[in-house]
Amino acid sequence: MTFGILLFPGSNCDQDCAYVVQSVLNQEARLVWHKETSLDGLDALIIPGGFSYGDYLRTGAIARFSPVMKAVEKFAHAGGLVLGICNGFQILVESKLLPGVLLRNRSLKYICRDVSIRVENTGTPFTGLYKKGELLNIPIAHAEGNYFCDQETLDDLRKNNQILFRYADEGNPNGSLDRIAGICNPGRNILGMMPHPDRSAEALIGSEDGKRIFLSMMEHMSSKIA
Amino acid sequence: MEREVNEPLALEHGLTREEYRKILECLGRTPTFTELGIFSVMWSEHCSYKSSRVHLKKLPTKGEGVIFGPGENAGVIDIGDGLAAVFKIESHNHPSFIEPYQGAATGVGGILRDVFTMGARPVALLNSLRFGLLEKTKNRLLFTGVVSGIAGYGNCMGVPTVGGEIYFNDIYDLNPLVNVFCIGLVRKDRIFLGQAAGIGNPIIYVGSKTGRDGIHGASLLASSEFNDASMEKRPAVQVGDPFTEKLLLEACLELMSKDVIVGIQDMGAAGLTSSSCEMAGRAGTGVEMDVSLVPLRESGMTPYEIMLSESQERMLIVARQGREKEVLEIFEKWDLDAAVIGKVTGDGHIRIKQKERLAADIPVEALVEKAPVYERPFGLPPYQQTLQNLNLELCPEPKDYNAVLKRLLAASTIASKEWVYDQFDHMVQTNVVIRPGGDASLIRIKGSAKGLALSVGGNSLYSLLNPYVGGMAAVAEVCRNIVCTGAKPLAITDCLNFGSPERPDIMWQFAMAIEGISDACKKLSVPVVSGNVSFYNETKGVAIYPTPVIGAVGLLENIEKRMTAHFKNEGDIIILLGRTKEDLGGTEYMKMVHHQERGFPPEINLDAELALHGLCLDLIDQGLVQSAHDLSEGGLAVAVAESSISSTPKGAEIHLKESGIRADALLFGESQSRILVSASPEKLPEIEKRAKQAQVPFEKIGVVTGDRLVIHPYISLPVSELASAWKGSLPEQVADKPFRARSK
Repeated sequence: MTFGILLFPGSNCDQDCAYVVQSVLNQEARLVWHKETSLDGLDALIIPGGFSYGDYLRTGAIARFSPVMKAVEKFAHAGGLVLGICNGFQILVESKLLPGVLLRNRSLKYICRDVSIRVENTGTPFTGLYKKGELLNIPIAHAEGNYFCDQETLDDLRKNNQILFRYADEGNPNGSLDRIAGICNPGRNILGMMPHPDRSAEALIGSEDGKRIFLSMMEHMSSKIA
Repeated sequence: MEREVNEPLALEHGLTREEYRKILECLGRTPTFTELGIFSVMWSEHCSYKSSRVHLKKLPTKGEGVIFGPGENAGVIDIGDGLAAVFKIESHNHPSFIEPYQGAATGVGGILRDVFTMGARPVALLNSLRFGLLEKTKNRLLFTGVVSGIAGYGNCMGVPTVGGEIYFNDIYDLNPLVNVFCIGLVRKDRIFLGQAAGIGNPIIYVGSKTGRDGIHGASLLASSEFNDASMEKRPAVQVGDPFTEKLLLEACLELMSKDVIVGIQDMGAAGLTSSSCEMAGRAGTGVEMDVSLVPLRESGMTPYEIMLSESQERMLIVARQGREKEVLEIFEKWDLDAAVIGKVTGDGHIRIKQKERLAADIPVEALVEKAPVYERPFGLPPYQQTLQNLNLELCPEPKDYNAVLKRLLAASTIASKEWVYDQFDHMVQTNVVIRPGGDASLIRIKGSAKGLALSVGGNSLYSLLNPYVGGMAAVAEVCRNIVCTGAKPLAITDCLNFGSPERPDIMWQFAMAIEGISDACKKLSVPVVSGNVSFYNETKGVAIYPTPVIGAVGLLENIEKRMTAHFKNEGDIIILLGRTKEDLGGTEYMKMVHHQERGFPPEINLDAELALHGLCLDLIDQGLVQSAHDLSEGGLAVAVAESSISSTPKGAEIHLKESGIRADALLFGESQSRILVSASPEKLPEIEKRAKQAQVPFEKIGVVTGDRLVIHPYISLPVSELASAWKGSLPEQVADKPFRARSK
């Protein structure tokens, strides 16, 4: 399978994602420059973390205007799997592919540490290999991860089981509404999450709890092909 | 029209009368205003190392694995598998005092460029910071501002800040220190050097546009002491743009994968001037540049301003003739400015034009080789004798050791720095295996079984009391930190922070510290491959304590064999390797409890140190131990507490042998060359045997057990209480206090 990994000026987790795809999952990775306009031949897409355009304006606000984003919309509307991690999540909400916004952390500081998140819905292409209620040890690293949306949107997210991950225990490192750590679209093929599965796919660097997100995606894609 | 040059103007530029006379001699005429500016920065202490050069020569810089030592943009060592590690440490002290966020941020930016200009991708940053005590609002602003600045720059760059250390002492109130270390990896056959070789080759300017920021940063900010007027030099602090630097990094590495570059150098201190002069100097060539071709941020800039600007995120490239287009195309792809601004010449002159007008014409030799070299007078300071007076009889042993241990764990210098490194992205690049907070940090090398251990440090109180010992101890301790992970120390880089070299007492400290560093490096076989000297760290006549900071790099052949500092299993035996003496001078304990910064620092025996390192590496390699932790500030009691406190806390019960030493020295003394290890009981005989063979003192002192730390008969506390004292201290001291949160 071929995972496309978007590369914006200022992306900085693109190589980490590529490493997971190639060396942990043994799949193909193709870096997609933000000026490209076609995503033909890709089975799934990762929008990696980083500081696209320096995040000098609102995070993700400029990246959404990159030429490649038109192709991403097309890819997603056709049912392709899109995983946005950290800055990737921020770009997805700015592009309106996912609802809500990501505000500055409540502490107003950048936070880099392991957190515990709970898997809330296993009926998606991204979480099929987890157990409902399972706790994952996974790092976060961001200054703007404080998820917020209006009440109506929150009601919809809950009703449709679009909240896939919540910060667990009493933890809520960034002040997110309803302790939201990751959400998907109603169609279940776009996931945005602040925690980094790309940083938790190998025991050597602390945790492999995030690896099954990628494996779930692969299983979903191969079942579709079959 | 340019200003008329005369002696008073030269003095304003920080040059001395003699130096101005020497300039007249070199040129055989009065310099132009632009030429004066160029001389003043190139001959500044910061760029020329004129006071330190004669001493720096004493440092051992060669060794088996050294590919490039001092003189290049960064040091390069061979780490096998066709790879090399490129690293250096540098200071950004004065800018960080005047403008903490930008000062620290651009310090990070500068050291990153030093590493990637050699073709290496930066893989880790560390920092060594010194501030006054956090009770003062100003110090909290400096501390939080510097942390935000490092975070803001490093995080955006996607280079993890994996470790560091911070000391707090009143002496840094008016002169905090910000030293940043960076390491990168490069294929051995793809190393690039800063040389302007090949007559006729084009000189290409790339990166950010040039503005009026940072003019005289190197000469007036970094090369003179501080006073009230210094704050007015705020415009001499540069402003950083990490996003542009990230683009510059990617563009340069992309360019370097093609065969078009002859030489490349970053524009750091003294900007376009020093990069072009140094590149020509190394190649024995000349350069001719037209500053009207330089991409500018504002109009009306003079050649003087353009040559002296320290605008950030810029590089100078010498490309192969006819390949200019390829260079320009890559920078266009990354939305960066790039322009051919001149060419390499054969006459050994740096010639600066603005269109047709000649603004400067100086022999490069005059700027580089003929820069002044001073053998500054030095001598034992008159106050040294008084400093050594420490009457222990006047310092009674405390009654409540529990309280002392908790106070020590909460002392800012010893307390957990989690509040700091939580703000640094220390995980990006997915290589960090031992995260910040331990002795040394460890990163893996993808595609191999190897790991690199990294540590920075230096105890300035030791250096004040005996700079020779302080220099030795700094090298010994960072290497000991490396050894505690199981990695073998390979080489070091040094950042030498001192007061004014024009004072004989300061030069004495400097000369002694260098001898200490040099002796330790020779004994421990770790050459000095790069470094930085920061003089004039004094304000209104008060100098900082001599602060030599050392950054060390070690190699672990098999990362599966790595070792960490915390206790692992209930029932494991706790062993102290090394000898405890009555070493109380210069300790954190004496400073905190008895308010004494006096006496003699702990002695250091380099043979004992070397033997200890060998033993520790052997025990880890053979899988005989479960933990290894270096003893440093706070001594044995703090080390045991630190090994107990971790994500899975473990208690310990310790019995110390009666040895005729004061109990406070036994618990909190800082005798050097000691490591605390734990091991399962059946491994004990083998460990003891090996310790004997290595002639390293071995003492079984206790066992990992329960949830309390007990050191009979002095200390008994729940580990949870120790943990909250240690972890809670920094957040408490900065909470709800004025603070600027500008980190992204």
